[in-house]
Amino acid sequence: MDAVDRRIVDALQGGFPICPRPYAAAAQRIGLSEDELIARLAALSAGGTISRFGPLWDVERLGGAVTLAAIAVPAERFDDVAALVNAHPEVAHNYAREHALNMWFVVSAESRAEIDRVLAAIAAETGLEVLDMPKSEEYFLGLRLAA
Amino acid sequence: MSALDPIDRRLVVETQAGLPLVAEPYAELGRRLGISADAVMTRLERLAASGAIRRIGVIPNHYALGYRANAMTVWDVDDRAVSELGKLVGGMACVTHCYRRPRRPPLWPYNLFAMVHARDRAEVDGMTVAIGRVLGGHARAHDVLYSTRILKKTGLRLAA
Repeated sequence: MDAVDRRIVDALQGGFPICPRPYAAAAQRIGLSEDELIARLAALSAGGTISRFGPLWDVERLGGAVTLAAIAVPAERFDDVAALVNAHPEVAHNYAREHALNMWFVVSAESRAEIDRVLAAIAAETGLEVLDMPKSEEYFLGLRLAA
Repeated sequence: MSALDPIDRRLVVETQAGLPLVAEPYAELGRRLGISADAVMTRLERLAASGAIRRIGVIPNHYALGYRANAMTVWDVDDRAVSELGKLVGGMACVTHCYRRPRRPPLWPYNLFAMVHARDRAEVDGMTVAIGRVLGGHARAHDVLYSTRILKKTGLRLAA
């Protein structure tokens, strides 16, 4: 990642325009050509420096449901349990964390009933207790990462 | 998802892995959906105004950007104070996400979650101290859970 890539990541974490030629408009703001911005975003995505470029959808505002769940997984079963959890397409993110509760994952689905079904399936498949921690309030101010 | 009409739904499906990387991405989406570029833009404006789209831009990969210390700081905060304090913590420059969640005793006594991303753990320690200062005497206990591995990370996955 060079200085231009950093400028792109810093400047484009939000506010991408909704207009006929948005890449041209955004590129102008950061002193690039439209083609160069598109090529660099493609390279940043392909290389994994950014997860993707585009809209961040809010599942709940779309009428769906989401929760954060955690499991205390015995160390020797960790990879097997990760495979069982990740096999569910409703599991969007899954992180290993340093804690007795060492596996934390986000489940997003079309309804709360479907979340319940997925969590029950994971508990049954793994034989482990799944803690369900849906957010009760959010204090959201957007992402501001300096690259 | 009941709040979505069929075209909105297809818009989500077509963009959940990213916006087309072409000069006229909204026209391209319109071609896929059989509507005009203007109609796509009008819908996106509405979905952004309603909060269904939080932002349009780079979705970063923290690790690849050099943020090696990614931590979930968690706090057991007095229920009467947590809403007010959560807003303050959520507004701190070092906090990217902040949520109130239910406790799950005895294993999990914490009700306030604040995510921080830093270059190293020393920097996270400083952020944790700063958050603790904001919470003051209202926080009874806290912990810091570092992520050690991404096991899975995908965008929203709506079936087409």
